[in-house]
Amino acid sequence: MISLAYLALVAALIPLASILVETIFRGLSAMSFSFFLEEISPLGEPGGGIGPAIQGTLIVVALASSIGVPIGVFSGIYLAEFRQARMASVARFLNDVLTNVPSIVLGIFGWTFVVVAIGWSVVAGAIALAIMMIPIITRTTEEAIRLVPATMREAAIALGVPRWKTTLTVVLSSAKKGIATGILLSVARISGETAPLLLTILGSRFWFSGFTQPTAALPVAVFNFSQSPYRLIDWPRAWGASLILIFIILAINIIVRYATREKYGASNI
Amino acid sequence: MKTKEKRPKFLSNLRSISKRKLSGDLSFKMFVTLIACNIFIVLGLMFFQIIQNSWLSIQTYGIGFLVGKTWQPFPPSSSSLPSFGALPLIWGTLVTSAIALVLGVPVSLGISLALSEFSPKRFSYFISFFVELLAAIPSVIYGLWGIFVLIPFLQANVYPYLQAVLGFLPIFQGTIRGPSVLTGGIILAIMIIPTVSAIARDVFAAVPNSQREAAIALGATRWEKAKVVMSYGRSGVIGAIMLGLGRAMGETMAITMVIGNSFNLFSSFLEPGSTLASIIANEFTEASSPPVYISALMEVGLILLALAIAVNGLARLIIWRSTRKVREVGLV
Repeated sequence: MISLAYLALVAALIPLASILVETIFRGLSAMSFSFFLEEISPLGEPGGGIGPAIQGTLIVVALASSIGVPIGVFSGIYLAEFRQARMASVARFLNDVLTNVPSIVLGIFGWTFVVVAIGWSVVAGAIALAIMMIPIITRTTEEAIRLVPATMREAAIALGVPRWKTTLTVVLSSAKKGIATGILLSVARISGETAPLLLTILGSRFWFSGFTQPTAALPVAVFNFSQSPYRLIDWPRAWGASLILIFIILAINIIVRYATREKYGASNI
Repeated sequence: MKTKEKRPKFLSNLRSISKRKLSGDLSFKMFVTLIACNIFIVLGLMFFQIIQNSWLSIQTYGIGFLVGKTWQPFPPSSSSLPSFGALPLIWGTLVTSAIALVLGVPVSLGISLALSEFSPKRFSYFISFFVELLAAIPSVIYGLWGIFVLIPFLQANVYPYLQAVLGFLPIFQGTIRGPSVLTGGIILAIMIIPTVSAIARDVFAAVPNSQREAAIALGATRWEKAKVVMSYGRSGVIGAIMLGLGRAMGETMAITMVIGNSFNLFSSFLEPGSTLASIIANEFTEASSPPVYISALMEVGLILLALAIAVNGLARLIIWRSTRKVREVGLV
């Protein structure tokens, strides 16, 4: 039975190895200097690159983070600092529920909320992704703050520092590594999200042209290329875009997880 | 009552120190409370918006939407109305999630036992790092891998033998197609493994050592000891499985790319199908003309949201209750 348990371990690592190897080898064949810099040519048309998708992903993720990070961090502070409040336990439960809302539903929500008003746009995508990252950041911030030893807080309060100042200086600065971990992992997570973007930023072949316009994004490009019937032209591009995406995401994950080891509850994301 | 004993009362003492500090604290509390309200607002608004947008479809099709078997946004003759029914989608979601659980849960439990019970700490830390990387890979890349690597492999090396051995079962009959419900289930199984195994590992790690020591003292083998651990962490494991179920039901891109996307009340798992999530991903951006079409897709989203919240809420409740036992004794 014990060997069966190890067999399960090997069975789970085979897909991981296969995904990485296939993406690297098939993706490398699409790589060239112009692949990074040129606009996306239409399906089935040779040449062109993936430049707008890289740009679009960076812009959408940056905008989503600038909305999501402050809200998530302050919500996490609330849950950790006022954990006895009745609202906090309800909020914590709903936050966990929100973490598990299917990403496509967030896409629909973004659509009803923003696309209906201003059309397919970067803003709509960023809001959908921000809603996805807020619960993750809230959770990891709360856990990071809870790990701060009570003695730190007591020392500050004994010195006559008001509680809010204690929280914003002493507590936050000792929890900053854990909070940064949560933020980075949630950034990695939303960078690869496709379903909400499909319904909100729509995808495009051209460079970014304003926050209220549709734009390209790497995951959307991967999906579109993979649905193309032109196997020789578009499928390698799908793998190339995947390689860039997987490189960004795994780099963030490996660096963060290596830097923080097992201290923070990263496994719950 | 308990929490009051645990925490020092310096907060209430602050009140007497100075009014200036108090007002700073109060406004800080109000500020973060206000921001934390986003959780309620987002969830409430999400329900409101999605219900409001699917109202047209709810009114038009009523309860029949849940049991209807046709999906005709553009009816063949102009005189008839478009008709929508979500039964095949619900069926697709349930079957693929069930396949994912049947295949994924034993593997996940094996992994978490191997990591928490049988392995040296260092090794298990190293390996769980890789298992967690599985969770970090975007779903669209799973889908791409599914289309170009998994489907050809299954089609050539697995499905023919499966049909030869188990072909007498109706679920494995019919023509072998690559993109099928079974392929979707297999990809979901791979995707839920990191979720389920990470939580199950934490549950097993929270089992008090006295349980293990008692088992060893009674002469248990390593496997029997693991069984004791599993039965102690039973409810936590159930929670982990349900969380995996929630993830499988809501998963969109990977399954959209491998399930074949036919609206089909399938009886064989080798047929193509659709799920609640996949039909939204597939049709939403093209569904512009009859307003009831968008509304029907919204209602599909509403069903998905309700299912996901029910399953995940229950899972969290079970996990919370199972770890509370451990927390109260003070072992964690």
